[in-house]
Amino acid sequence: MTEKKIVDGRGSFCPGPLMELIVALKSSQIGDVLEVLSTDKGSADDIPEWLRKVGHEYISTTESNGEWHITIRKTK
Amino acid sequence: MSASKICVVVVSGSLERLQMAAMVASVGAVSGQEVIVFLSMNALPYFVKGNTSKAPHEGDMGKLMAGKKVPEFKTLFEQAVELGDAKIFPCSMAMDVLGIEQDGLEGYLGKATGLTKFLHDAQDGQVWTF
Repeated sequence: MTEKKIVDGRGSFCPGPLMELIVALKSSQIGDVLEVLSTDKGSADDIPEWLRKVGHEYISTTESNGEWHITIRKTK
Repeated sequence: MSASKICVVVVSGSLERLQMAAMVASVGAVSGQEVIVFLSMNALPYFVKGNTSKAPHEGDMGKLMAGKKVPEFKTLFEQAVELGDAKIFPCSMAMDVLGIEQDGLEGYLGKATGLTKFLHDAQDGQVWTF
C-alpha cells in the first residue's frame, strides 16, 4: 500500500490547484493515490474533468466548510 | 486522440488578458493538446528578462485578482511549456522594435518567429486572440 500524498492547493485560484496536482503527479509512481486540497470551487469541478480527459483515475470528492478534497490515482 | 491545435495570440499588456491567455495555454497544454503561443505588441515586454513590472488591470476583475492568490501569468506560461510542452514564440517584429535579442528574453520562450511562420503553423488550429 503506497501512502497518500497531499497536494495543498488551498488559497490558490484556478488553475493553481490543477497545476500543483500535475507537478505532484510528475514525481509520483503509477498506482499512487493523491489528495488535492482546494478552497476554489472551480478547481473542484475542473480537476475531475481534467482526469477524464487525460485518463488518470478519479476516486472521490468531499467538501466541508468550503474546502474540497479531491482524491485521485495515477494510472499511467 | 486528434485534439485540434490551440494557437494563442497575445498582443495586450493588460493583466486580465495576459491572465486569460496564460490560463488557456497552460490548461490546454496539460490536457494533452498541442499549444503554440505568439507574443507580440504590448504583451512581449513582460517576457524580457529582469522585467518585474506589473501588468496594469483594465477593470474591476483585475483589481480583485491582484489581492488574491491567483497564479501569476508568467508562471502559468512557464508551466505550459514545462508541464505541457507548449511552444511560446516571441514576435520578431516586436523584438526588433524593443531592440532585444533572444538571450534578452525569458529562457522558456522559443525562437523569434515572424508572422508568416506563425500563420503557417496556425492554419490547421483554432486561434485564440487576447
